[in-house]
Amino acid sequence: MSLLAALAALSAALSPDGDLYVAQNVFFAVIAVTMIFSALRVVTTSNVVHAALWLVVVLAGAAAQFILLGSEFVAVTQVLVYIGAVVVLFLFGVMLTRASLGDDESVGEEKRGMAAVVGVLLFSVMAIALIDSFEADRLVIDEPRSVSTVSDAIFSQYIVAFEAVSVLLLAALIGAIVVARKD
Amino acid sequence: MSSALFAELAYWQQTGIRVGVGLAAVLLVAGALVYMHLFKAVSFMQSRLGPMEAGPYGSLQLLAEVGKHLQKEDIFPRKADRFVFGAAPFVVLASTFLLVVVVPAGPDLWFVDSELGIYLGMAVSSVSVLGILMAGWGSSNKYSLLGGLRATGQLIAYELPLILAVIGVVIQAGTMNMADIVYAQANGEIFGLGIVGNPYILTQGVAFIIFLIAMQAELAQAPFDMPVAESELVTGYMTEYSGMRFLLFFIGEFATAGVFAALASVLFLGGWYVPGIDPSANIMNVLGPLVMLVKIVGLTFVVFWTRFTMPRFREDQLQRLAWKFLIPIALANIVVTGILKVTF
Repeated sequence: MSLLAALAALSAALSPDGDLYVAQNVFFAVIAVTMIFSALRVVTTSNVVHAALWLVVVLAGAAAQFILLGSEFVAVTQVLVYIGAVVVLFLFGVMLTRASLGDDESVGEEKRGMAAVVGVLLFSVMAIALIDSFEADRLVIDEPRSVSTVSDAIFSQYIVAFEAVSVLLLAALIGAIVVARKD
Repeated sequence: MSSALFAELAYWQQTGIRVGVGLAAVLLVAGALVYMHLFKAVSFMQSRLGPMEAGPYGSLQLLAEVGKHLQKEDIFPRKADRFVFGAAPFVVLASTFLLVVVVPAGPDLWFVDSELGIYLGMAVSSVSVLGILMAGWGSSNKYSLLGGLRATGQLIAYELPLILAVIGVVIQAGTMNMADIVYAQANGEIFGLGIVGNPYILTQGVAFIIFLIAMQAELAQAPFDMPVAESELVTGYMTEYSGMRFLLFFIGEFATAGVFAALASVLFLGGWYVPGIDPSANIMNVLGPLVMLVKIVGLTFVVFWTRFTMPRFREDQLQRLAWKFLIPIALANIVVTGILKVTF
């Protein structure tokens, strides 16, 4: 109780107009710290299966953040697509090819430098794009987004991007079949 | 669980009641299914009596089994990955308990009244694959690993027809909310006749058959029991489990059967609706769970009947059935449903 009171006092001090959601901020912090820790474990553990399982924690954290933002549909899609399909396919592939328990010696130091460069580049591109397009805008969350809002946006405003992504995925699918075919 | 009585309780009290009722709903239904189908119905099919000693007519046999498993030693293989091995049954069981959250049993008897409904259910049910992969790999046993890989290949293949079959229902009902799907069926009409409403088994019969087949495969029941084929893989990913952790997998298997049957009865059989009674009437809060139970028991009987009748599919036959037959038929069903929805 005293902790809650202290948090309330802190939030009152931070925002005189009372425009700060305490519970949301606390949970955001808890989830964000968990995600960062797990993300670090993904790249530092030398056991490939453990890395994939830590990735599940990161993706579940992302889904939880979407729920905090009132976007249930995106959160559920995150679980269905990333945890239920992408990570499962990762694990399936890893176990089918190299199912050794314990640490994997081929996870070496020599590739880490290149991976770090790619990671930093990707992070800076995304950070610059986000900051550039939103600048000081504040996200207004007055109520949860309904499914119809999402679908209306996809099939009207973003229809071209949606169709382009569909064609891209279809091309990738056909490409995978062509690569896998023996005859 | 949303009536005026509950509105006065604090959020944590409501959550506590929801968790308690959810656990009871899953475990009691799972126990009833094990006794009625696995112990008795199957015994009668094989011209024997089944358990008769524990309690009247063997009705307490299940408690004896649970007590036996709880007493057994919780064995970890020496080379197993202890955390992954230990956590796997809980991932599978958590997926089942989260799945029951979307099932309504009456106008006010629901856990979450989300507009995502069945979509949420499909998402959490896909997480159980993760637990099976963890069990197969963490056991450090090649039979377990093969079983885990077979299970994953099967679950990925049959999740698609399952979801595609549901899409037909969602198009026809115009909503993903489970309660609204029940109301859409209760208020629907077929050729102008609204006596029995419109349970979607009549208009989405193809989707219903596909859903049942995919459900059988998701539950890894024969003829889709390649992942746990006991004559070649011992029991697949469950081989190394003993005691309570084996019990968790066992409960998970039957609880998932019950929950999937509940989903199927809401989507295709009209949920808690019975012809003649207004589905939003107060009396349905009492009758609804009983109606749902009858539908669940009927559907799971079909599952176990099939399980003890059909021989096992070979791995390639199993994959061919999913990718070459069920998925194209389900896609065609979606196209036809969409066209009819727009025309009428």
